[in-house]
Amino acid sequence: MLKLEGVFGGYGGATVLRDVSFSAAAAEVTCVMGRNGVGKTTLMRAIMGLVRAEKGSIQLDRLEIANLPAHEVPRHGIGYVPQGRRLFGPLTVAENLEIGLMTRGRGHAVRESVLDLFPRLRERLGQVSATLSGGEQQMLAIARALCLEPKLLLLDEPTEGLQPSMIAAIRDVVVGLKAAGVAVVLVEQRVEAVLGMADRVAFMDHGQVVETVARQGLDAKSPLFRQYVGV
Amino acid sequence: MEGLVKAAVLALTAVGLSLVFGVMRVVNVAHGAFFMLGAVLAWTVAQYVPGDPMFGWFAALLIAPAIVAAIAATADTFVLKRLNYDPEATIVATIGLLYILEQAALSLFGPDAKPVPAPFNIRLQLPWFGYSGYKIFVVFAAVAVLLAVWWFMTRTRAGLVMRATQVDRQTARAFGINVDRVYAGVFALGAGLAAIAAVLLVPISQAHYLMGGDPLLLSFIVVIIGGLGSLRGTLVAALIIGLSDGVISMFWSPTLAKIIATAAVAMVLVFRPQGLFGARA
Repeated sequence: MLKLEGVFGGYGGATVLRDVSFSAAAAEVTCVMGRNGVGKTTLMRAIMGLVRAEKGSIQLDRLEIANLPAHEVPRHGIGYVPQGRRLFGPLTVAENLEIGLMTRGRGHAVRESVLDLFPRLRERLGQVSATLSGGEQQMLAIARALCLEPKLLLLDEPTEGLQPSMIAAIRDVVVGLKAAGVAVVLVEQRVEAVLGMADRVAFMDHGQVVETVARQGLDAKSPLFRQYVGV
Repeated sequence: MEGLVKAAVLALTAVGLSLVFGVMRVVNVAHGAFFMLGAVLAWTVAQYVPGDPMFGWFAALLIAPAIVAAIAATADTFVLKRLNYDPEATIVATIGLLYILEQAALSLFGPDAKPVPAPFNIRLQLPWFGYSGYKIFVVFAAVAVLLAVWWFMTRTRAGLVMRATQVDRQTARAFGINVDRVYAGVFALGAGLAAIAAVLLVPISQAHYLMGGDPLLLSFIVVIIGGLGSLRGTLVAALIIGLSDGVISMFWSPTLAKIIATAAVAMVLVFRPQGLFGARA
């Protein structure tokens, strides 16, 4: 599904990603872990074309997307839930969803199926999204990305700052997407959340994916978490 | 009536400026030049359309804003986009654009003021005094265009895309929005609105290559008082500044009107720098 090989990238003159190779498969949840500043968010942004890959290859279903303009990347079926949600705050819930639907020309039926996943949003369609609670904003950020009907979903720290019930709801959605065949790449810092969702865990350090481990090979006391995440 | 005409034309011009700043974060110093270009193009089109002045003026209302919008979109693509919409660099670039457009107008159309006949000459005579039917038309036409802009921004997909881009252009890109195309469209729309305002005004004030200075100054005053990027604030401030400028210019002097408007801007900058309706940074 998604394959990165030898990707270098960064901001201005600063290289953040150094020779990153990484893959994600359909119907799998791949978690990306690492300390702050190792390049997890930059990796997500590079896949989306928001950070230009200076070298290397990014392929989605064997289609090279590294050189596409950023606005064409999501049209190939990549949904993105950015860190900090980055909703269109002054726009209503319905308008945020409409932006998601427009990306790949999806219509009413897709919106209804997404709202079935997040019934609380259905009650707040006319509400300005900046006035939602933190958990509702995260739901909307995920719902907006699902309006693309993505085959690959990138989630950047979706559980950050949320209460346990909301984290459980997001986990249920991720598990449901995996069952539906969607490839999920999840940047996450919470070990228990990773162990509850991941099929594979990629550890990042100094701008590289240094180790990728199957979920079966990990438990909460694994030294890899201490070594690369510091917990 | 003078104040209302001034407020209506100013609102159209300032909404264009506010839209460009709100969505693109570009302070468009060339906005007054687009206004001037609308007026001189209106004169040119009116020259070539034979028959009743009404035909020439209506042709100008369609053609001049379209040409100005096309010039603005071209300037966006070949100048502002190449500067990556850097706030400081675009100020310098639009100053350059202002001089290029003014000098081009001087070279092509000459230094003399060009009269454009009003499309109709009807006088609404009341017992105490009369009103120009054309001036009343200008007020209603400006209100109609502003309502159309409001409808476009709040009720259409293109407007939604512009508002989303205004909030966060990076996230907009992540949802398939071609930000470069949005910016070109917004810059064209802003310039087109200035040109429409000029076509409405030109039968009252004539076209001249240096006529863009006043609308530019007043538009900046309006968007600073209303709040940069706030369309609602722009409309309210245009009404206040336009009415006061028209009334004070008529009964006292135009210089006093500008002094009072500038003092109002100074007060706003000191006590409420984000403007009456702007969001605090």
